[in-house]
Amino acid sequence: MSVTPAVLAPKNTPQSPPSPLSSPSSPSEDAPAWVRTNGRAASGPLSDRVYGAVITACALFIPLLLVLLAIVIVRAAWPAVQSSGGDLLFGRTWDVAHGKYGALPAMVGTLLSSLLALIIATPLALGVAIFSSELAPQRLRAPVAFLVDLLAAIPSVVYGLWGLVVLVPLLRRYVMPLLEGTLGALPLFRGPAYGPSLLAAGLVLAIMILPYIASVAREVLAAVPRAQREAALALGATRFEVIRDAVLPYARSGLVGGVMLGLGRALGETMAVTMVIGNRHAIPSSLFDPAYTMASLLANEFGEASSDSHLAALMAVAGLLLVITLIVNVLARWLVWRVRRLEGAQ
Amino acid sequence: MTVTSPMESTATHRAQARRVAALEKRRRTGSLMTVLVWTASAVAVLPLLAIVTHLVIGGAGALSINFFTRMPAPAGVAGGGMANAIVGTLLLVGIAALIGLPVGLGAGLFLAERRETRLAELVRFVADVLSGLPSIVLGIFAWELIVRPTGRFSALSGGVALGLLIVPLVTRATEEMVKLVPPALAESALALGFPRWRAAIVIVLRTAMPGIVTAALVAIARAAGETAPLLFTAFGNSYWSLDPTRPIAALPLQIFAYAQSPYDDWRAQAWAGALVLLLLVTLMSLLARAVLRARQSLTQGVTPRAGVGDD
Repeated sequence: MSVTPAVLAPKNTPQSPPSPLSSPSSPSEDAPAWVRTNGRAASGPLSDRVYGAVITACALFIPLLLVLLAIVIVRAAWPAVQSSGGDLLFGRTWDVAHGKYGALPAMVGTLLSSLLALIIATPLALGVAIFSSELAPQRLRAPVAFLVDLLAAIPSVVYGLWGLVVLVPLLRRYVMPLLEGTLGALPLFRGPAYGPSLLAAGLVLAIMILPYIASVAREVLAAVPRAQREAALALGATRFEVIRDAVLPYARSGLVGGVMLGLGRALGETMAVTMVIGNRHAIPSSLFDPAYTMASLLANEFGEASSDSHLAALMAVAGLLLVITLIVNVLARWLVWRVRRLEGAQ
Repeated sequence: MTVTSPMESTATHRAQARRVAALEKRRRTGSLMTVLVWTASAVAVLPLLAIVTHLVIGGAGALSINFFTRMPAPAGVAGGGMANAIVGTLLLVGIAALIGLPVGLGAGLFLAERRETRLAELVRFVADVLSGLPSIVLGIFAWELIVRPTGRFSALSGGVALGLLIVPLVTRATEEMVKLVPPALAESALALGFPRWRAAIVIVLRTAMPGIVTAALVAIARAAGETAPLLFTAFGNSYWSLDPTRPIAALPLQIFAYAQSPYDDWRAQAWAGALVLLLLVTLMSLLARAVLRARQSLTQGVTPRAGVGDD
């Protein structure tokens, strides 16, 4: 990349809109003045131009990485897309020996386990966020937020180990028989209780994405202006009504963004899911059935891919996973961005 | 006071009674929701306690000095350790830091300095999106880029995968920290005739350093716990190796392998490994918090003087 700051800075600085994160009224907050004046002075000393080129190169590396990632994976997956593109998307059998690569069960398993995790984690995460930003006594707020954040620091493989050794036997022995006894009328809660199952994966995933949703939600709730709450209080709203009618609607798109961010995590989570979902190539018909996800398919088979077609099929699965998580993440970031922009406009 | 007829007064009374009843109901709904929110928070914290308790119960037994100094033992032989995996993880994280930190630092400086340009907005957005992508995809990327052409798994490819993983994290954190540095500091340096690069490195970076160290530690802690990007790159190794061009053991990989084994002593080793990994990660996070606190006291000392010419 031979883009020097001399080319970049004068072209972009005057035209570009003010950053949504800062108020447009005070230019000194948009960028430090020393940067702007120096950016315009295109003929700085050589050392400055080198410095500018280096940091620009570092910054360009990031979008470049994303593009490169997409190109490399699509190129490697191309043979599979050409030979069995439709089968890959809609085929139900994954039989390496006979060259059949249908990734539908893995895709369905990925979606179902992530949705299940969202259904469990979203109310809890919202509860924690409301608790630690609105309702809790001051001295409990920070500790609860810290404990939930710690959940995000636990490595995935540790969740997997805990899920495999503690959660799965618990489900098999107590929870699954109980669920079948009480809710067995629904097809969701039927079938043999192996232990490793969609349910186990959904539960572990729910625990894992909870801190991500909670921390975004907390941030978004904190961005709701004080006046919004005070106005509702002045109208005689109770504490709960303030949250329901004044705070949550204002924060809605950011909250949805946080949930989407959690969804993105859940879709791509690999190790913990691989260890508890049971890894069976079939579309599950009940929460008790073992299933497969795209990420765990990659984790299990990529290292020992036996033939070129097998490898290409796995690459195609990786490409699909990349595309799906990319879409979810872009949407999520955009939604969260919007709330912050509102805040900046205040 | 106006005189009201008895009929009107009962009507007002009734209306008031209705309002009071409605308020009662609203209050009750409010308390019910408060209880629900408290319960949700309790339930959310529960898994953390459960996992930590199980880790300590399951792992403390197998945790001894041998765990840190010995090599893995065959199943059935007591007294094995994970010395190679611990060293492997350190080496992998070292390679990752060598790649991820400089690039992340540079990109973070760029975002903080040109924060309003369109390129900065794009880079910021892509960095956020990248940090949400599945880490296994980065592992596959490194495999295709390094393992496939060279024909073998290697510590280097694992380090590259982890390094790419932390680039967006370091970038965004560096940006946030550099933004906190009062502009007056750099301006004074420039007024004294410093070239821009020296002002950026000597003044801005140094002032933001504790914050950046924090960010680096958090990113490294994240890299140390990752398994998925290593599956097809570092691959794992049951022997001692420090050669970056050969497969290498890593703590998360070893835990993964042992957790799925049918042998009790290997499972105990997995618990011990998980406990060590968690301690390692938590230690880094705590260290990061301490560094950040040191930073705050530092800027509090600096800001008043630097802020004089501001505003």
